[in-house]
Amino acid sequence: MTLKTEPITVNIGPQHPSTHGVFRLRVAFDGEVIQDVEPVFGYLHRGSEKLAEERTYTQVVTLTDRLDYVAPMTSNQAYVLAVERLMGIEAPERGQYIRVMMAELMRIASHLMMIGFFLQDMGAFGTPLMYTFREREDILDLFEMVCGARITVTYMRVGGVQADLPPEFTPALERFLAKIPGQIDDLEQLLSGNEILIARTKNVGLLSAEAAINGSVTGPALRASGVDWDLRKSDPYEIYDQLEFDVPIGENGDNYDRFVLRLEEMRQSVRIVRQCKEQMPGGPHRLELPMLLRPPAGDAYGRVEAPKGELGFYLVSDGSIAPYRCAIRSPSFINLTVLRDMLIGWKLADMVTIFGSLDVNMGEVDR
Amino acid sequence: MPVDRLATGCQPLGFWDGMGLWEQWGINFFPRLGDTMCRAMGGATPGGIPDWLIFAILGLAGAFAVVNVAMLGVPYVILLERKLLGRFQHRVGPNRVGFFGLLQPMADGIKLMTKEDITPRVADKLVFSLAPLVFVVPVLLMFAPLPWAPHAVLADLDVGILYIVAVTSAAEIGVFMGGWSSNNKFSLFGAMRVVALVVSYEIPLVLAIVGVVMLTGSLNLAAIVEGQRFVPNLLWQPLGFIVFMIAVSAELNRAPFDLLEADSELVSGFHTEYSGMKWGVIQIGEYAAIIGFSGIIATLFLSGWKGPAPMPGYLWFVLKMGMIISGFIWVRATIPRLRVDQIMNLGWKFLLPLALINIFVTAGEILAYPDGLPVWLIPVNFAFAAIVVAVAARLLGIQGQPRQVVPAPPVFETMASS
Amino acid sequence: MTRRYPADDLAGKIRTRFPDAVADTAPAELYLERDRLRDVCEFLRDDEALDFRALVALNAVDYVDYFEVVYRLVSYRHNHATVLKVRVYERDEPSVPSVTSVWKGAELQEREVYDLMGVGFEGHPNLKRVFLWEGFEGHPLRRDFLLQRP
Repeated sequence: MTLKTEPITVNIGPQHPSTHGVFRLRVAFDGEVIQDVEPVFGYLHRGSEKLAEERTYTQVVTLTDRLDYVAPMTSNQAYVLAVERLMGIEAPERGQYIRVMMAELMRIASHLMMIGFFLQDMGAFGTPLMYTFREREDILDLFEMVCGARITVTYMRVGGVQADLPPEFTPALERFLAKIPGQIDDLEQLLSGNEILIARTKNVGLLSAEAAINGSVTGPALRASGVDWDLRKSDPYEIYDQLEFDVPIGENGDNYDRFVLRLEEMRQSVRIVRQCKEQMPGGPHRLELPMLLRPPAGDAYGRVEAPKGELGFYLVSDGSIAPYRCAIRSPSFINLTVLRDMLIGWKLADMVTIFGSLDVNMGEVDR
Repeated sequence: MPVDRLATGCQPLGFWDGMGLWEQWGINFFPRLGDTMCRAMGGATPGGIPDWLIFAILGLAGAFAVVNVAMLGVPYVILLERKLLGRFQHRVGPNRVGFFGLLQPMADGIKLMTKEDITPRVADKLVFSLAPLVFVVPVLLMFAPLPWAPHAVLADLDVGILYIVAVTSAAEIGVFMGGWSSNNKFSLFGAMRVVALVVSYEIPLVLAIVGVVMLTGSLNLAAIVEGQRFVPNLLWQPLGFIVFMIAVSAELNRAPFDLLEADSELVSGFHTEYSGMKWGVIQIGEYAAIIGFSGIIATLFLSGWKGPAPMPGYLWFVLKMGMIISGFIWVRATIPRLRVDQIMNLGWKFLLPLALINIFVTAGEILAYPDGLPVWLIPVNFAFAAIVVAVAARLLGIQGQPRQVVPAPPVFETMASS
Repeated sequence: MTRRYPADDLAGKIRTRFPDAVADTAPAELYLERDRLRDVCEFLRDDEALDFRALVALNAVDYVDYFEVVYRLVSYRHNHATVLKVRVYERDEPSVPSVTSVWKGAELQEREVYDLMGVGFEGHPNLKRVFLWEGFEGHPLRRDFLLQRP
């Protein structure tokens, strides 16, 4: 005799502890096994792209803070790079060094958040999260020192950065740089060898290189699948071609690779920050530009390797003081394309870890 | 009916004679209280009060005392957990209410009792309200045969450990009732997981006890404590202790087996829909179970009320319980959660063989040395346990099933062709 | 450094396969005819020398007279990139062929463009609004959509 069975449909989110914001997944379960997934977006949609059309070029910087609120510095950077490309100018060298330094600090902070929440999703009750938050706090303190804000920094400007580094910044940075490698090692020792963590992550949530490329996945998720593509190396912007660092590559594209890769990227970021500090040139930190920018008519695409992947701004100018069109290529949103294929066949518990290992940020997904 | 063995503190006449007060307190929390009542009622009206009435009154008094020990213990175990978790996580933990946060449990209790009690409209109201009770009552029943000190036991059952195993698994009925009646899919998932979990882990749990019972030759908890003459059973039964600790973690739904209320997956599992004091009752049940099982571990493996230094028995007992509870909290603060199929794997493929090996080895040792095990077996036992665990972990481990690609068609029509 | 694939060179390669597919060329970008878009994309992806296997970004711009859909392609192996543009001159129900069958990465991006810009994609498996709710009137990123209604 066969019993008639039907899948049970569960709404995971928009209010759910591990959807990292307001994300909703409609999931059809066959027992514990995921049979089908439909992501539902838009709970945090604020219309940033439309708002940008009604603001001057400088004002839009404040909007970019609110995209990926875990990594506002890189959003700033991507936007100002796009405007600079549109205007055909370049920031002075000191400004570029400061920008790169901030972006790499931001990458460390963002990856720390990802690792903490990844472990939280896996059921480690708060401890890794608190460890990572403790270290992220130091970075936010540094940001507060340079621009007065911790999250909504609005630090970068077209043609440089808003203010030069304050005198107390360098000693604080040195203290931080002395501390952080040991803390990353601590995290790795605490987490990477854990039998349960390995059982939960190895060979779970496999993403082949082929599928990752075809699905427009970028960032750590792409590199974990074994594709050597990091914009900082492949298409160096600003001063990355003068810095020495490695791009870690994963092998299998499973949860474990995505997790360990971020630990390694943090180490490389520390290297970059250290080099920036040592090579920091003098001179102006910002170009003298008029209050209202009027880029020539045309279009430009500026992109950076954000912690989540390739963050791009496609700007179209009609010669006025506001962008005619400001399209955002947000890595979090596009990385979710492959989510459905990655989830089907895994269990409910794997769903949260796979979703966490992609490291998406809802502010950036919904924009 | 022999009253003296059934109710707390009611000792045979002449038991206390010649003892100092310190010794008496060492034996019982309230020396001679039950005794005095017993004698007062029996003495005032010889033959007037029937035995069954004395039995009933003393039983109720004892039950009241023991249940209150559990109920007052729960808030402070919760406080201990929050404090310790805070320390593990570079935080301070609650420290605002009262001295060192000691009044925090009271504040929590008042908050829970004044909170609105919400029952979902679609819930099965009767079962929904009944579930916390069904959950908490078996847990409290578990305290009856626990020997807190010599002769300080509410119900000195000859089948004590069997009774405890039977009663505690009944608590899961309450979990399933709560999960089912909430009419919430997360609750249902949690409830279904708990049934699978309990069925799997009850077996290694019982089999791990068998080794201890074989050593002692009795199911009576007081007799098991008495049987651990010079060294605790832990030293004879390291393998059994490991299996029992893991199985108890699962039975208590503690990390890393807390998958029935996995907050990152199931919001909070079977009690997602509960609020107010119903939720509080469930919380009491969970933490009372932790206290109770810690007591059982202390009794079975750590020689219960006995200790190397002269100290009242119940203090030793509570100290050992506190150590075990702290151990559970430590594990919770450190280890990520296992997946449901990995938990099944661990239960059936790792713990069950280990428990069986333990039984065989213990039986062999007892047969070889019927007059008591020699001391040199202790290091041998530990080495053996280490080897067996290492080999079994390598061979069987916790690897679960690989990805199950379901051949069924897509469910959501909109995504069908993609 | 990612090399911009020369547009003339690329246009020549496409013209040998699809003579009528290229509408116009600019120094760094290529304007394609709407109808041959999917064939050209498949060719660009599968050709060994071109190897544009990743669609990095897909955006649309409303130039009032026409909509322009912009495709950014990258080859990770050869480290070169190009930009394709398609113009749609209809205003009421503009549409271009969907490239989801070529690059899966286009799936959500096409939905986004449809939602906010109102450009439809023929052959998309699940073309519905992604950020806004069903029943929302208009497409907010069009230039004639006012933020503050008069």
